[in-house]
Amino acid sequence: MNFESELKKGNFVIGTCTDCDRVVWPPSNLCNSCFGKIIWKKASLVGKLIEYSKKNDIDFCLAEFENGVRIMGDLILKAKKPEIGAQVKLEKCGITDGNYSFVMSII
Amino acid sequence: MRQVAITNFGNTKFSRDDLTIESSLLSATKSLFDQTPNLTQKDIDVVLVSTNENSKYLSAILSELSGITPKISHTVENLCSSGTNAIVSAYSYIASGLGNVALVVGGDRYDSPGQILEWDKSRGEYKHPIFWATIFTKSYKRKYNISAENLAIVSVKNHRNAKDNPNAYSNKTYTIDDVLNSKNLTEDLRVLDCSRPCTGSSAVLLTSENFAKKFSDTPVWLKGIGQKTLSASFTKNPTFTQMNSTREAAKIAFDMSKLTSADVDVAEIHDAFSVCEPMILEDLNFAKNGEGLSLSKNMYDTFDRKINPRGGLIGTGHPLGATGVSQTVEVVQQIQGKAEKRQIENANIGLVHNMSAAATSSTVLLLKS
Repeated sequence: MNFESELKKGNFVIGTCTDCDRVVWPPSNLCNSCFGKIIWKKASLVGKLIEYSKKNDIDFCLAEFENGVRIMGDLILKAKKPEIGAQVKLEKCGITDGNYSFVMSII
Repeated sequence: MRQVAITNFGNTKFSRDDLTIESSLLSATKSLFDQTPNLTQKDIDVVLVSTNENSKYLSAILSELSGITPKISHTVENLCSSGTNAIVSAYSYIASGLGNVALVVGGDRYDSPGQILEWDKSRGEYKHPIFWATIFTKSYKRKYNISAENLAIVSVKNHRNAKDNPNAYSNKTYTIDDVLNSKNLTEDLRVLDCSRPCTGSSAVLLTSENFAKKFSDTPVWLKGIGQKTLSASFTKNPTFTQMNSTREAAKIAFDMSKLTSADVDVAEIHDAFSVCEPMILEDLNFAKNGEGLSLSKNMYDTFDRKINPRGGLIGTGHPLGATGVSQTVEVVQQIQGKAEKRQIENANIGLVHNMSAAATSSTVLLLKS
């Protein structure tokens, strides 16, 4: 099990160090604090909106999840102009054409 | 440590030409030799190439093509700031006594693989630089209540400056409306807000104190060097309205040189996108937070070329590995009084700011006559 094998299945997991218990992001095989081994845990799917914009007809955003984990992906808008800091939910994740892909929505 | 000077330079025109990287690097080297009468191949004991090209062994290839057999020879890659990183490496070799005369040549092609950082998967499918630039732009506009029209002045100013730079990619001037009406790349970014990938190379010669006067009556001394890397992931930037690595690099460079931003007469700064210029002006303490754009506007209104006289990246073009070297060439030319139509009066102290990958790392150089 690792980040990419889980992402391929549509699961969003976060690495935690087995020695010092720190969250490690972006995904890595070793802890970037103590070089300890990593275990993968399912992450909370609720985060907050850091920033957003639009390319053609597709909205996209930068969002932050637990422990400062930040990702960029598509954004499904329910209101015209969301507030910065609004709660977002990770609706879908996977690997598309070699890229990680994330789809989030405003809660 | 020994003092290190930049004495001479060479350039190619930045263009969309389909040249090989070797050919482009060699042209900049020839340009430097043409402008340095006392220089022979035997004088050079360090050859560094800064580039993002995938071609292997380029500094040895350039050395062979130029008839140089250096002691030290290798490539330096650090995305958009490869050029200043190579200059810092050359400085270190000379300051330590490992070398005396270093040739640094930076170059890239319009299709350089350095434009996308594939490793940064936290950006998801939004890896192209226009997306981090969009996040910076939207955040900066929101924080300081700035419009796209306000920001357009950066592109207008730097294209105007580039008009007097014969090596610049652009030779056109644009109005605010031209920028606003140029193609929308995202809701917050237009094509004229962006520096353009292109083909080109630039070269500088660095020497120890003992050799400086052999090659130039007006050596320019590298008095301050500051570098900082905070991460490789764009999403790890502490904020999106300032460049934190630039702030840290600037402090190191100013401390080393015992200079302040008030001492600087001329600067080339890394305006990869319009929003970068006001952010960097604030990060380097040329302007207070939120007032960088007023400074750019004031410089445009008063025909003041102090910031980005060669046209910055937006006007000059951005062949990644060449950019930091080209910025340095401009500041050296200004201090040596060789900047022709772009010359700033009494330019004695200059600054170069070069950054990579959404300002996850930055370099600041301070140069003095």
